[in-house]
Amino acid sequence: MFSDQDLAVMDSIIKRYPRSRSAIMPLLHYVQSKAGYVTNEGIELIAKLLTLETAEVSAVATFYTQYKRKPVGEYHVGVCTNTLCAVMGGDAIFAGLKNHLGIENDGVTADGKVSLEHIECNAACDYAPVVMANWEFYDNQSVESAKDLVDSMRQGNPIPPTRGPKSLPTWKENSAVLAGINDGRANEGVQAGEPTLLGLKLAKEGK
Amino acid sequence: MSKLTPVLSAHWDEKDSFTIEAYTRNGGYKASAKALAMDPDAVIQLVKDSGLRGRGGAGFPTGMKWGFIPQGDNKEHYLVVNADESEPGTCKDTPLLMANPHVLIEGCIIACHAIRAKHAFVYIRGEVTHVVRRLNQAIEDAYKAGHLGKGIDLVLHVGAGAYICGEETALLDSLEGFRGQPRLRPPFPAIAGLYARPTVVNNVESIASVPAIIANGAEWYQKYGTEKSKGMTLYSLSGHVNNPGQFEAPLGITLREILELAGGVRTGHKLKFWTPGGSSTPLFTDAHLDIALDYEGVSAAGSMLGTKALQIFDETTCVVRAVLRWTEFYKHESCGKCTPCREGTWWLVQILRDLENGSGSEEDLAKLLDLCDNIMGRSFCALGDGATSPITSSIKYFRDEYIAHVTGKGCPFDPVASTIFSGAGAR
Repeated sequence: MFSDQDLAVMDSIIKRYPRSRSAIMPLLHYVQSKAGYVTNEGIELIAKLLTLETAEVSAVATFYTQYKRKPVGEYHVGVCTNTLCAVMGGDAIFAGLKNHLGIENDGVTADGKVSLEHIECNAACDYAPVVMANWEFYDNQSVESAKDLVDSMRQGNPIPPTRGPKSLPTWKENSAVLAGINDGRANEGVQAGEPTLLGLKLAKEGK
Repeated sequence: MSKLTPVLSAHWDEKDSFTIEAYTRNGGYKASAKALAMDPDAVIQLVKDSGLRGRGGAGFPTGMKWGFIPQGDNKEHYLVVNADESEPGTCKDTPLLMANPHVLIEGCIIACHAIRAKHAFVYIRGEVTHVVRRLNQAIEDAYKAGHLGKGIDLVLHVGAGAYICGEETALLDSLEGFRGQPRLRPPFPAIAGLYARPTVVNNVESIASVPAIIANGAEWYQKYGTEKSKGMTLYSLSGHVNNPGQFEAPLGITLREILELAGGVRTGHKLKFWTPGGSSTPLFTDAHLDIALDYEGVSAAGSMLGTKALQIFDETTCVVRAVLRWTEFYKHESCGKCTPCREGTWWLVQILRDLENGSGSEEDLAKLLDLCDNIMGRSFCALGDGATSPITSSIKYFRDEYIAHVTGKGCPFDPVASTIFSGAGAR
């Protein structure tokens, strides 16, 4: 599963830190970028690289919800159902997607394309209701727009994020970004959406 | 004259605002050059004089925090930036970093110089991939331009979805490669923080505010805000309003003033309740529209300024449903280390679920308050305390609505009416 080149990348991740154990989290993101989730093989490898027990690595992997212990879809969709988004329509979107895809929370479609999860506040409340896909922003969603989004994923041509890269990367590609690997796409997409700029715009108008 | 004072947000409307070219074009990295030529203690004094207070929620004076780092101790010192923005309603650091990551890097350089640290870490939440991308690229570009790497190194550390890591000692444990669980204090991070070394942990907005203070001086900063709450800050308005968004204004502006700028509560509806600084800060109602939104004003009115996350809910929203959902969040995010928080939040959810679905009783209200009393102040960190805020404040202001759930044997609200796509009055 892990090539010599992968091992070299993992070694460079460890070297970022004054103490090697700090590299557990980016290494777990990196394992997900290769295997799609945190496999037993990945845990054993990280334990070996950091001279830890596998139980110590598992203890960390199971604490954080972004580390998955079973495969997710190529496109992992999270619907914010924390209070503000839920009230504004997140609950309806989540129910609509479950029904539309025929899966429950944490489920994956049979074609392996889409998985679904209800998520907590994702720091975009001025764009509520918010949907995330592979942890990219889909702002101001409705039940219909969210259904269109997952349909586009299943057809292999996902609608691009509203504030993010020009096209939606896969789960594995974005896991590599979270491991700290530069995919060269930082300059893609808008610098800010309208709500972000509202105060600045009003100030310039003298209001 | 506008009530708004864009400084952090001044250049966000430039299409390439996140690039090093744009940042430099707008005067970026001049403040760090100025600070690096100053004595570190003079930098700390300048930040103390400015009156800048922590923007992550607690409002502790930033310069004083820097001053706690022991000097001449022959130990490594660390700066750790808390970019784990996860408090429900809070959405300021994320757009800031997406639009202008370099201001944080420049702030890190200045802070590292002041506290004599050679190593800074930015702990960013893992659920904002494009922000991670932007910040990572910005760090690379700052190295290439020679701003980093000559005495100060900066490492981006990406979290993995745990709210608790926004708590500074849990964040440090997480950064050391453990489960993110809070530490008992003392010792405080200034004495034994990352790797048991003296460490400053600051919020993104606090550090990002520093370059402008160095560039323009403490007196300039002091001109804005109120007596004990100096400067300008980002207020994040969300929910049932016509125009949600970010508003950078001097501390002390009121919700009424911000709502006027935002076109008011959504048309045809009226304000019911709101949070001044995220879900962990006690709720306010329409009786609090004229409270000065500074540290003292909000505190005197019985809540906390927190992260200035103004979440607005109109009369279509069931307060019991809202509070239940926040409580489910705290239960899910409790790290499990301290019994009152781990067990208490679990019981709070059970009782609130009963109340919301109509199988609760009036005695349940007393039980909720008793549980809150037993959680408050009894754990290592403030997560459990925060969990009690929406409950106690909502019972204080909306007891009748809880009782209506009991007597009516169910929730009297239509959840469809509160959605933005509900039809009448929808945006």
